[in-house]
Amino acid sequence: MTTTLTPPKGTAPAAPQPAEKKRKNKGSTGVPEATPLTYIGLSLTVLLSFFPLWWMFVVATRDSAAASARPPYMWPGGNFLDNLERLFANTSANFTLGLINSAVSATVLALSVVFFSSLAGFALAKLRFKGRNAAAVGVVLTMAVPVQMGIIPLLMLMEWFGWRGQIIAIIVPFMVSGFGVFMMRQYCVQAIPDELLEAARMDGCSTFRIYWSVVLPALRPAMVVLGLLTFMTQWNEFTWALAVLTPANPTVQIAINQLNQSAYSRDFALMFTGSVVATLPLLILFFVLGRQLIGRIMEGAIK
Amino acid sequence: MTLLSHGGAPPGGKEEPVLSPPGNDANAKRERRQIFWTRLDLKVSPYLFISPFFILFAIFGLFPLVYTVWVSLHDWTLLGGNQGFVGLDNYVRLVQDGKFWNSLYNTFGIFVIAVVPQLLLAMYLADTLSRKVRAVNFFRMGLLLPYLTSVAAVAIVFSQLFGTQFGLINYALGFFGIDPINWQGGTFSSWVAIAVMVDWRWTGYNALIYLAAMSAIPRDIYEAASIDGASRTRQFWQITVPMLRPTIIFTVIVSTIGQMQLFTEPVIFGGVAGGTQGQFQTTMMLIFEEAFRFNNYGYGSAIAWTLFMLVVVLSALNALLSSRIKGA
Repeated sequence: MTTTLTPPKGTAPAAPQPAEKKRKNKGSTGVPEATPLTYIGLSLTVLLSFFPLWWMFVVATRDSAAASARPPYMWPGGNFLDNLERLFANTSANFTLGLINSAVSATVLALSVVFFSSLAGFALAKLRFKGRNAAAVGVVLTMAVPVQMGIIPLLMLMEWFGWRGQIIAIIVPFMVSGFGVFMMRQYCVQAIPDELLEAARMDGCSTFRIYWSVVLPALRPAMVVLGLLTFMTQWNEFTWALAVLTPANPTVQIAINQLNQSAYSRDFALMFTGSVVATLPLLILFFVLGRQLIGRIMEGAIK
Repeated sequence: MTLLSHGGAPPGGKEEPVLSPPGNDANAKRERRQIFWTRLDLKVSPYLFISPFFILFAIFGLFPLVYTVWVSLHDWTLLGGNQGFVGLDNYVRLVQDGKFWNSLYNTFGIFVIAVVPQLLLAMYLADTLSRKVRAVNFFRMGLLLPYLTSVAAVAIVFSQLFGTQFGLINYALGFFGIDPINWQGGTFSSWVAIAVMVDWRWTGYNALIYLAAMSAIPRDIYEAASIDGASRTRQFWQITVPMLRPTIIFTVIVSTIGQMQLFTEPVIFGGVAGGTQGQFQTTMMLIFEEAFRFNNYGYGSAIAWTLFMLVVVLSALNALLSSRIKGA
C-alpha cells in the first residue's frame, strides 16, 4: 500500500515514507484502528468530491430540460453525441478554436517551462559561478511575489506588441516559472552525482552537451511531473485569458464561460457538455499522474 | 579565425609558439583554441543558462508589477492613453469609493467562511486517513480528484446546483423543510455558495499536506500519551495540532495569497460585476471591471497596487506571527 505511493526511481523520496514504514513494522500498537465511522466519513468525502463531476456528466448526456427535472436524473442518458454536435456547431462559443488554442498553448508552455527550468535549475545546482547564491535566492523571491497584480501593465504591453486577442499573448509571458526552476534545482541536487558531470567534462563535453546528454535524461521523472503540472495550470487559466483574448479567439475556459454568459436561454445540457470536454484532459491526467502527484504534494514540492 | 578566437588575449600571445616545437604549430594553435573555448564555456554558460528565466521574468513579471505604480499615478485610459500625471488622485478616489470597500469586505468575508472550515475539515480528514485504513490509495485519490478539474467547468456546475428554482441543493434542503434560498441574491448566501466551490477544490489538497506532516510525527509521543491515559481527542488537540503548527501556518499563508485574488468562481457564478448589488464582487473582480470593462487603467492600477500591498502585508504578518509562536 505504501510502496505504490513511492515516486518512480530517482524521484525525490517521499518525506513521510520512513515514518510510515516504521509504523508498519511496529505492528498494531500506536496507529489507531479505523472505526466504521472513519469509513463513513471518508466515503462521504469521496462521494462529495465525485458528485459534481457525475452530475456534470449526467446532464451532459441528456436534453436541455433534464437539469431541472424532478426528481432529478441520476443516471446518464443518450444525448451526449447530439450535445457534442450542438456544442461544436455553436457559433458564439467557437469551441473548436478554443480547444485548439488551449491544447497548443498548454503544450508549448509545458515544453518551454520544462526546458528553461531544467536549464536554470541545473546551472544553479551544479555549476560554479559568481552570484549563484544570489540568483538562487532571486528565484525563490520571484515565487513569493504575486505578479498577477501587474495584470494591467501586462495587458498594455500586449497592446504595444500588437498581441491583444492573439494566442501568443497567453504563451510568451508564461514561458518561465520560478516554481519550475526551484523544483528542478532541488531535483538536480539529489539526482545527479557530481562524478557523472566530472566524467563528462573529462571526455571534453561542453556545458550544454553535458546538460543535453547527461542531465536531461536523469531529470526525466521530474520533468514529466513539471510538464504535466504546467499543462494543467495553463489549461485551467482563466483570469488572464478573459482579459487579453476575445470570444472570437478563445481558450476552452473562455468558450464555456461564453456559453455561461448567454444568460437568457441557459442551455445547461450544452454548458455541461462543454464543461465535460474542458475537464476531460485533466481527468485523464489525474489517472495517469494521480499517485505521483500525491507523492509530490505530500513532500511539499507543490504549492 | 585564430585572431578572432583569441579575442581578449593579450598581444603578447603572438610569442607563444616559441614554447612549442615549430613543427607542431597547427596542433598547438588548435589546442589553445580549445582551451580558450573551454574557459569561455565554463565562464559564460552558467549565465546563459539562467538568463532566459531572469530576462523573461523581468519583462513579463517584474516590469508590469512596478509599472502598475507609475500607471496608478496617472489619468490613463485605453482610448485616450496617458492623460497626464495626477499624483495620488486615484488613491483619493479609491478611499472614497464605496465599491472598493465593498469589494474588500466581500473578499475578506469569503476568505473567512471559506478558509476556516476548509482547513479544519482538511485536518479532520488527514487525521482520519492517518489511521489504519483499507484502500488508503483510493481515498487519497478521491481527495485529490477535485484539485485536478477545470475551475471554470466546476464553477458552472456548482452555479447550476445553487440555482434558486431548479438547483439540487435547494431541492435537497426542501426535504428538511427549508424554503428555497436565493443563493445568488443575498450577500451571505452568495458568499457561502462561492466558499463551497473553493472548498470543494482545495480541502482534499490541504488534507494531503497535513497527512504528510502527521505521518512525520513520532509515534512514541502518542504511545506515551495513551499510556498516561490521554483520550484520542485530547491527543489530537495536544499533540497533533501543536506538532503541525508550521504546516498549518504554511497552508494559511498559501490560502491567504490565493483567496485575496479570488476571481474565477465568483465571475462564473454571476459575472464580473459580482451580482446585482455587487454582493459578491471581490477586489480582483473590481480591478478587472475598472480596467478592462471601463478601460480605466489608472484607477484600476491604483486598486491593483493597493491589493498587492495588502497581500504583502498579510504574508509578512503571517510570517511574523509564526516566528512569534515558534519563539514562545
